Amino acid sequence: MMETTMTNTAIADKDQKMEDRLIPDKTIGEVYVEHARMTARNVDVYYGDKCAINNVTLDIGVGQVISFIGPSGCGKSTFLRCLNRMNDTIDICRVDGEIKIDRDNIYDPKIDVVSLRARVGMVFQKPNPFPKSIYDNIAYGPRIHGLANNKVELDEIVERSLHRAGLWNEVKDRLNEAGTGLSGGQQQRLCIARAIAVSPEVILMDEPCSALDPIATAKVEELIHELREQYTIVIVTHSMQQAARVSDRTAYFHLGTLVEVGETKQIFTNPTHELTQDYITGRFG
Amino acid sequence: MSDLKSDFARHISSEFNEELEELCADLMKMGGLAERQVRLAVQCQESFDSALVEQIRSAENSVNAWEIRIDELVESVIARRQPTASDLRLVLVVSKIVRDLERAGDEANKVALMAQQAHEAGRNSTVGMVEVRAIGEQVIRLLGDSLTSFARLDVDMALDIARRDKEVDRIYQSALRSLATFMIEDPREIGHVLNVMWVLRALERVGDHATNIAEHVIYLVKGTDVRHLSVTNVEETLKNS
Repeated sequence: MMETTMTNTAIADKDQKMEDRLIPDKTIGEVYVEHARMTARNVDVYYGDKCAINNVTLDIGVGQVISFIGPSGCGKSTFLRCLNRMNDTIDICRVDGEIKIDRDNIYDPKIDVVSLRARVGMVFQKPNPFPKSIYDNIAYGPRIHGLANNKVELDEIVERSLHRAGLWNEVKDRLNEAGTGLSGGQQQRLCIARAIAVSPEVILMDEPCSALDPIATAKVEELIHELREQYTIVIVTHSMQQAARVSDRTAYFHLGTLVEVGETKQIFTNPTHELTQDYITGRFG
Repeated sequence: MSDLKSDFARHISSEFNEELEELCADLMKMGGLAERQVRLAVQCQESFDSALVEQIRSAENSVNAWEIRIDELVESVIARRQPTASDLRLVLVVSKIVRDLERAGDEANKVALMAQQAHEAGRNSTVGMVEVRAIGEQVIRLLGDSLTSFARLDVDMALDIARRDKEVDRIYQSALRSLATFMIEDPREIGHVLNVMWVLRALERVGDHATNIAEHVIYLVKGTDVRHLSVTNVEETLKNS
C-alpha cells in the first residue's frame, strides 16, 4: 500500500514537472487589442508566499466578450477579481503590476473602490439578490451613487435595467415582491439588471450559469449576446461550450499563467499551445 | 501528433477514445474497399471478366453501407461529445473523406461498366490501353497513399500526393491529345476511343479524390485549409503556418 502511494506521488511529480516544462515563458497569441477598455500589464498575484497569478499581460477590448477558461486553481477567477479589486477583501492577497480602466490605474490609492466597482460590475456564480423587493434590488445602486434625482428618474432606471436584462415582462406586475422569490434563472438576470443599473463599463461574470438549468443558461447567454453592444464583458466559465458560444476572445489559464489568448474560433478549432489543446479536447495534461 | 492512435489514447474519457478509434478504423476499412474497387476496375479494362464486375458491384454496396455507418458515427460523436480543436477537425475530415471515397468507388463502378459494355459490343481493340494502365496504376497508388497519410498524419506524404496528381493530370491531357489524333486518323475507332476517354476521365477523377483526401489530412494536422491552392501555394502556406 505504502509502495503504491509513493509510486502515485512519483507519477504526480513527474506529471507536474512535464506541465511546468510545457508552460510558455510568454503568452501565445495576441494579448493586445486596438481599442482596449481595460489593460493589465505584468500582473502578479500572491496569496501570502504563494504565487497565484504569474506575470499576466492582457487587453480587454471595448464592446467585446472575453472568456477565461482553465482547470480549477489555474487563477482565472483570481485574475477576474483583480479587475475590480475584489481581492482587496483578502488580507494576505497582494497584487503587483498594473491594471487600468480607460487609462486610470485601478490600484491607485486615490481611486475610490466603491465607484470603481460601479464602473466594473460583477455577477457571481450563485445568484445573490438582496433580501429586498425586486424594485429595491435594482434601485439600490443608483440610489447610493446618486444617479437619480427623483422617483420618476429612479423608476426609469429600474424599468430600463430590467428591460435590458430581459426580465421586465416577467416581473413588471410584482416589482414589490421579494427578489429572492424569483426562480434561479430570474434571480441571476435580476443580478445582471442590478449590475447594469449603475451604468458600468465592464461586467465581470464569475461562472454565471453554473447554478442554472439549460433554459435559464440559454437566456443568460442570449442576454450576454445583447449586452455586448453596450458593455465589455469578462466571463469565467467551466463550460467550454459556453465560452465557445458567447465570447469573441478566449484566454486559457494554466497554473497561474496566461498560456494562450486568441479569437474564440481559432482557440476552439486550432489552438496553438499543447496545453490549450489538451484542456479543450479533454485530454490528460 | 505522431499517429492517429497514440493521439486518441490521451482523452480522459476512454469511451471517447474508443469512439474516435472506431471512426478511424472504419474509415480505413472503407478506404481499403474503395481502393480494391478501383484496382479491380482497372483489371477489368485490361482483361474483362464478368466475375470481377460482380466483385466490384458487391464492393460498391459495402462502400455505400460504410458511408452511411461512418456518417452515423460522426453524427453521434458531434451530438454527444461536442468535439473541439484537433478532435473537431478529425470528425469533420472523416466525414469529408468518406464522401471522396464513396465517389472514387462510383468512378470505379463506371470504369467496370464501360468494360462490360465494350465486351458485350464485341470490341477488343487495345487502343488507349497503355494509357489506361499507366493512369490506373498511378491513381491506385495515390488513393492508397492518401489513406496512409491519414493514418500516419503525414503532411509531407500528403503534399507529395498533390504533386503526383499534377503528373497524372499531365499524362491524362497528353493521352486525350493522342487519342483525338487517333480518332481523326481512323474514324471507325471513334466509338471505342470515346469509351477509353471516359475511362481515363473516371480514373483521373479518382486521382482528384485522393488529392482531396490529402488536403483534408493537411487540414487535420495543421488546421490550415489548403483547398483550391496550387501545390506551390500550399507549400508556402505551410511554411508560414
